[in-house]
Amino acid sequence: MGMKGFVGVINLDHELDQLNELTYFRCGAAVPFGGRYRLIDFALSNMMYAGMEDIALFVRRKYRSLMDHLGEGRPWDLDRKRGGLFILPPDWHDPTDTSLGDLQHIHNNMDYFHRSSGDIVVNSGTQHVNKVDFNEVYKYHKEKGADVTVVYKKIAELEPEHGPCRRVEVDENGYVSGFHHERDHSNVYLEIFIMDKELYLDQVRYSIAHGKSYFFRDVIQHNPNGLKIAAYEYTGYNAVINSVESYYKNSLALLNPDNYMKLFHEKPVQTKIKYEAPTKYLESAKVTNSLLANGCIIGGEVENSILFRGVKVEKGARVVNSVILQKCTIEAGAVLENVILDKDVRISGDRTLIGDVIKPYVTAKSTSV
Amino acid sequence: MSKKEVVAMLLAGGQGKRLKGLTRFLAKPAVYFGGTYRIIDFPLSNCANSRIDTVGVLTQYEPMVLHAYIGVGNDWDMDRKNGGVFVLPPHEREEGSSWYQGTADAIYRNLNFVERFDPEHVLILSGDHIYKMDYGKMLDYHKEKDADCTISVVNVTLEEASRFGMLNTDDDLKIYEFDEKPEHPKSTLASMGIYLFKWDVLKSYLIQDETNPTSSYDFGKDIIPLLLDDDKTLYAYPFEGYWRDVGTIQSLWESNMDMLSEHPELDLNDPNWRIFTRSPNQPAQYIAPEAKVSDSIINEGCIVHGEINHSVLFFGVEVGEGSMITDSVIMPNVKIGKNVRIHRAIIDDGMVLPDGTQIGVDREDESEILLITNESL
Repeated sequence: MGMKGFVGVINLDHELDQLNELTYFRCGAAVPFGGRYRLIDFALSNMMYAGMEDIALFVRRKYRSLMDHLGEGRPWDLDRKRGGLFILPPDWHDPTDTSLGDLQHIHNNMDYFHRSSGDIVVNSGTQHVNKVDFNEVYKYHKEKGADVTVVYKKIAELEPEHGPCRRVEVDENGYVSGFHHERDHSNVYLEIFIMDKELYLDQVRYSIAHGKSYFFRDVIQHNPNGLKIAAYEYTGYNAVINSVESYYKNSLALLNPDNYMKLFHEKPVQTKIKYEAPTKYLESAKVTNSLLANGCIIGGEVENSILFRGVKVEKGARVVNSVILQKCTIEAGAVLENVILDKDVRISGDRTLIGDVIKPYVTAKSTSV
Repeated sequence: MSKKEVVAMLLAGGQGKRLKGLTRFLAKPAVYFGGTYRIIDFPLSNCANSRIDTVGVLTQYEPMVLHAYIGVGNDWDMDRKNGGVFVLPPHEREEGSSWYQGTADAIYRNLNFVERFDPEHVLILSGDHIYKMDYGKMLDYHKEKDADCTISVVNVTLEEASRFGMLNTDDDLKIYEFDEKPEHPKSTLASMGIYLFKWDVLKSYLIQDETNPTSSYDFGKDIIPLLLDDDKTLYAYPFEGYWRDVGTIQSLWESNMDMLSEHPELDLNDPNWRIFTRSPNQPAQYIAPEAKVSDSIINEGCIVHGEINHSVLFFGVEVGEGSMITDSVIMPNVKIGKNVRIHRAIIDDGMVLPDGTQIGVDREDESEILLITNESL
């Protein structure tokens, strides 16, 4: 294939903060997932495994905890002398700038694209948790001689979280014949596309000149310049996280060993390093069908649940079908069922919190209940 | 390099013969401990938490794993512009080449390294023990006593004393005699092998000792007695807390088991005194519906379908259905099949135990802890 370079873009401009309490203080990309990760780790790890040296993050709102999580990007090998991780807010500095929407974001950070050594733009969001191999996508992109390649997955059984997703109409030759929002269509677009950098920048300039505001919609979906768009079908694990319900359901679905192995086994997902001790199970612990990160101390009962780092479940407490984020304490006597606790929540011993199996009970971070 | 008040020199070249197969390809400081750590994490983390940011690590026996593990030292916050961690293996010199002849020789051969930082004091550590210690407090004590050398000590019983280097002191803990493994101990203060020297004093004695062809070039046997002979000021610094030499299979196992109690003497979970380690970055551990886990420490990356009681599982261990592990230490990435029984054993890292394997059960005398390595099977 020869030397090629990717220029990574993780565009958070369109990601709405739809996870209620979990996105009160952080953007969706920074939401903890899978016991020890944040949603952005999955896209970043995929980019890392594709050998990406330059990754830009277009951020607009509530990105403080995201910045804290990412730091210099060391866990993803992005602490580089050349290139690396760029967190780019939409810094407006040009009084003659007439660009709008995410085109403004791209336009205001043109230097990033000019300076990066890569010549293929890889664009991803963070609401789709998957293991897409960008090298495979690129290979397909070349094979198809495409201007743009988008990634989709055929979903046999559509779930409510697929509702807001764009669908891809694919012709018999593997090219895109259209995009739409028909809710019962199975080809779900995964918010990933790749295209040549020069073409990408040409299209940005063209769209701004024509008063457009949204790169994907105005360049790829409406395709005013007749670009050749290929559709790459991804068949691996994919979870869509765009609501509390989908967050909860897809979290607990990781307890299925098949999902666990697909998401975590090969090419381990990279995340910020913490130095917690391994998890301790006391004599009284009763844990079944659960995922636990390090630093937990378990004296009570834990069933069908996901415990993040440093959670304490005291003897006599009971946690069922729940997702417990970092450093929560469940005191003796408390009962939690179908609950999501954000970070640093303390549940006192006389509490019984029971949520709905579809709509869990959620508590905001750093509260005492 | 600018001046540092203290430079730490960590002796990590030992083989640890009594750890048998565990140290066949590994220096003792690189031996795993406590579900995720290597022994050397303890002195390195103690340095980091004590704000000592310049550490020379003296390696010799099987250094490859150790060198790769320490890397640039970022896991212990020692990737610094000024100072940091330096791996110091023996090296060829103008006058010829040889291995480090002893602990004191190892430091002597790196005089130039220490001199770069022009330190007031040099802290000598070893990579053999599990403990948490604020070296800063020891330094305060050392300065307060205006000692030429301060030696950290623990109280042991008289029966244990004959296994240690014992320090005989006046009431104010001023040392007048060093007794190596005495038959008839006169005190209960055992040296922990942690020495804090005034650098100019240590330097002159290292140079002096090096001229003695019959010396064993050892801190305990040679340097300390030389200082005592010259009436230098030596003080014992009493350390209180958990401190274990994990130099044998039995003691390594016991110390691992000590971590299982609900409130262990050495708390690995103290956010104010983290033990830093190179993270294996594995996914959250999965405890299956049919699994039973109690009184145990389990690390990330483990997949448990069997029953675990009073045991330590390092990262990446898999335990199949119907298997039962009791009173054991399972090193990283061990794959245990179905219906395996393990009792009172240490399983070396990376081993694969097929279905039905029985280890350590049906023994008349269970007192011995079995070490299972690929060579021993």
